[in-house]
Amino acid sequence: MTGALLSIEDLHVSFATRRNTVDALRGVTLAVNPGETLGVVGESGSGKSVTALAAMHLLDRAGRVSSGRIVFQGEDITHLSASALRAVRGSRMSMIFQNPRAALNPIRTVGLQIADAIRAHRRVSQAAATERALDLLRLVLIRDPETRLNAYPHELSGGMCQRVIIAMAIACEPDLLIADEPTTGLDVSTQKAIMDLIAGIAAERAMGVIFITHDLGLAAKYCGRVVVMKDGRVVEQAAPNKLFNAPRDPYTQRLVAASPTKVSRIEDLVVEEGVATLSRGPVFEQAAARRSAVVPLPVGERVRVRGLRRLWSDGRTSIRAAQAGERYNTIGASAPHPNPLPNGERERAEFGAISARPTYGSSPLLRVTGLTKRFGASTAVDGVSFAINAGESVGLVGESGSGKSTISRIVCRLLDQTEGEIRFDGTAIDAEPARTFNRSALRKDIQIVFQDAHDSLNPRFSAFDCIAHPLRKLMGIRGRAVLTERVFDCARRVGLPLELLDRFPHQLSGGQKARVGIARGIATGPRLLVLDEPTAALDVSVQAVILQLLVRLRQEENLSYLFVSHDLNVVRMLCDRTIVLRNGRIVEQGRSSDLFANPADPYTRDLLAAIPEFNPTAAVEAKVAEPAIALGAKRQPRARQVPSPGGEG
Amino acid sequence: MRSARAIIIRVGERLLSSLPALLGVLVVTFVLMRVLPGDPAVFFASGPNAGQAEIDNLRQRMGLDQPLFVQLMHYLRDVGTGNLGNSLTTGQPVLTDLRQRLPASLELTFTAFTLAVIIAIPLGIAAAMRPNSLIDHGVRFVCTLGVCVPTFVSGLILIFVFYYILGVAPDPTGRLDIFVSAPPSVTSFMLVDFLIAGDLEGWMAAAKQLILPSATMALFVIAPLARITRASMLGVLSSDFVRTARAVGLSSVKINIVYALRNAMLPVLTIAGIMFSTMLGANVLVEKVFSWPGVGSYALDALLSSDYAPVQGFVLLMACIFVIINLVIDVLYGIADPRISVA
Repeated sequence: MTGALLSIEDLHVSFATRRNTVDALRGVTLAVNPGETLGVVGESGSGKSVTALAAMHLLDRAGRVSSGRIVFQGEDITHLSASALRAVRGSRMSMIFQNPRAALNPIRTVGLQIADAIRAHRRVSQAAATERALDLLRLVLIRDPETRLNAYPHELSGGMCQRVIIAMAIACEPDLLIADEPTTGLDVSTQKAIMDLIAGIAAERAMGVIFITHDLGLAAKYCGRVVVMKDGRVVEQAAPNKLFNAPRDPYTQRLVAASPTKVSRIEDLVVEEGVATLSRGPVFEQAAARRSAVVPLPVGERVRVRGLRRLWSDGRTSIRAAQAGERYNTIGASAPHPNPLPNGERERAEFGAISARPTYGSSPLLRVTGLTKRFGASTAVDGVSFAINAGESVGLVGESGSGKSTISRIVCRLLDQTEGEIRFDGTAIDAEPARTFNRSALRKDIQIVFQDAHDSLNPRFSAFDCIAHPLRKLMGIRGRAVLTERVFDCARRVGLPLELLDRFPHQLSGGQKARVGIARGIATGPRLLVLDEPTAALDVSVQAVILQLLVRLRQEENLSYLFVSHDLNVVRMLCDRTIVLRNGRIVEQGRSSDLFANPADPYTRDLLAAIPEFNPTAAVEAKVAEPAIALGAKRQPRARQVPSPGGEG
Repeated sequence: MRSARAIIIRVGERLLSSLPALLGVLVVTFVLMRVLPGDPAVFFASGPNAGQAEIDNLRQRMGLDQPLFVQLMHYLRDVGTGNLGNSLTTGQPVLTDLRQRLPASLELTFTAFTLAVIIAIPLGIAAAMRPNSLIDHGVRFVCTLGVCVPTFVSGLILIFVFYYILGVAPDPTGRLDIFVSAPPSVTSFMLVDFLIAGDLEGWMAAAKQLILPSATMALFVIAPLARITRASMLGVLSSDFVRTARAVGLSSVKINIVYALRNAMLPVLTIAGIMFSTMLGANVLVEKVFSWPGVGSYALDALLSSDYAPVQGFVLLMACIFVIINLVIDVLYGIADPRISVA
């Protein structure tokens, strides 16, 4: 490892929790050379951020390096004193983070913050530091830098904040920049701009970069070498085209397969066995659920304080979720159905398994005409018209601020429009204010699945109660036996192991919470399900499984989807038609296959061009031409033994 | 954007919008006083054997024979012209009484509040810097003790120890030792007036009188202030922007003071404002224990003797002070936190 800029050797990091210690890193070895860009990929919990934080000595109080070495520019910095560390951080090695808005001091102007970073290492006057800060803002391509110097973080967009943080990080010309998911949560076009900026600066200054991401496309595009991490270990490392075209490790194979690309189909995303795929029905699902291991909770796990704190911090989302699933009982069961079904049908729709639905003529299920929403002086949605047919899946894409979430909220009546008409199954629903829509008989026909699977579940409700809530409120189901049967049925349909129904949201994994959210959405047997970025917070492998679930549910229950997402590949795979939004207006809409193949509008073309692309040409089947630098098998005892594609070991 | 003009407009708006609340306070107190049992006329008649005629005469003079609504209208008219009525106990206009006594309460509260802030905030910060350490547990213990012991008990204990046993504190009899001559009144704040008069000996005497009651009051609010400071500081220290500050190598002083503390003080500011108003109104017990001639004990005495005007005046005064303090906090908050738009 001589000559490496930073080398991490067999690093172990553990976190002390109330009950025991958790090993976050179990022997990580990696190195980055001067001027090299090293990608670190892996899913949440794989330890990629912990590795970076350990190198920067930024682990929080509970984290501790238990063994291993961190060598930076030939110097062992594993156990550096605070003062020596201060000389390293910022001036020789710097770091930028996810969530740029929160990463800046909210009550200090960005100019002062950049000047702080300069003056931490250089003995210069405040005026000189400010002058330098201005240069840096120009360097990171911020428009109108003189004005921005005196701006507070909240006055800047997320992308701008990230540029400011980059300016701070490179202010003292470090030799190594660690970028921890710097573009997660930003739009594709902003993401591209930020990544190009980092790559440009790195190339210009011959700065080493460790780029941590969960997005294989980004890693492939910007990194010279990529390290794949899983469960606190490095499982594989190689140049990106080798790694992604011919992954050797089973985990990398799964990861590559699960990452949506321009050509991927949902069926291809999952190579893992024991997971529901398209052709498998509820019966199989149930068996699979039973088979899949449910990790028992340690005693006392049930009542953890975190849940309570969540209750306060996340109240808003869960209340919104509750609104979507609530109807006051006053009108309840007696409310006439606008489209009365024959008795038998109604019976089936309300209590039976909702499988085959009658098609309601040829008119679209949802028709939105001239929808406009203004917030004060700004117009979020500006005269949007579209329709969704029964059983159709329509994608709504656009950058943040394009109005896609606003439209989804208005369509499912959680928000009132300013103008415009919304007809659901021929009935105008725009007149019913969002506040009272929960009493409408149509409430159970239009349901929503929220972006944040965690925050949209009531932290004091078990998974069972979360799913039962709309059944109680909207269907008026009271009897314990009937309710249990219905909840179990919903859980089976979304592939949620029944053993998990007693658990509270914080005791479930991201994918399990997503399933609970979807089960709640379909519990009332809706005809239109609004999906507001339901997979945005999930790892790609979990996303793949959830996407398959959504495809299967749509087929089995004849559901219509309004799918909101910024991930264009996902929309292409899941949606029959796609609507592209910009600044509250529709710029283009059409069949997904046509739209993605031949975008008519320049804006759509830009959006598509900004998607980081990697092309694992039929990765799993590919014959391994040159063996990648696979690490010893003993480093991956937990990886499942999926037959290696080439057969060689 | 955050110009002085914007602040003035905001202040004006806030003052205007607080008028209905003040009116509500006036009416509610007025009605409450009338509903409470006790007839001031009976109370203030010349003696226990005063005849019905004398009482009726008194009632008529006090306007108590008129319907409640008419009384209320008269009262509102009086308040509107700046007349809060006369105290039957002291025989003086309520406004004069309050003007004489409010400085005593304010001086006591200010001192106690400053004392509490000076002690509580460093304690909170120290606890937050080393969570679950000995310091943290020590602070928690002191805080718990502070809240557990009622002010009149802690006041009596302080008097017992420092006056009776150690003999270092002066008699707990008001703002000034009877042998010290009061300074010429300029601000009505003893400490300030002594300083203006250049009488350092007198200043010391006044300060000595002040120290025990203000310590008693401070003890009670140290706990919430320190706890809020700790919680807020802990939250900020684990925030993303403090991590960024560490990542670019800022000094720990800069991180802890400029980045962490300034942000952590925002919620403390809000709580401190509420604390101050509460202290001002709730220091009756301390005023009683230390024979402090403040507005709290004045109102209590008036209440016990069914003397309407002083109680009403006191409540109105407190409501006004509450409005003003909230306003000050609001403006300070707007200056401290750029995210709050002032206009």
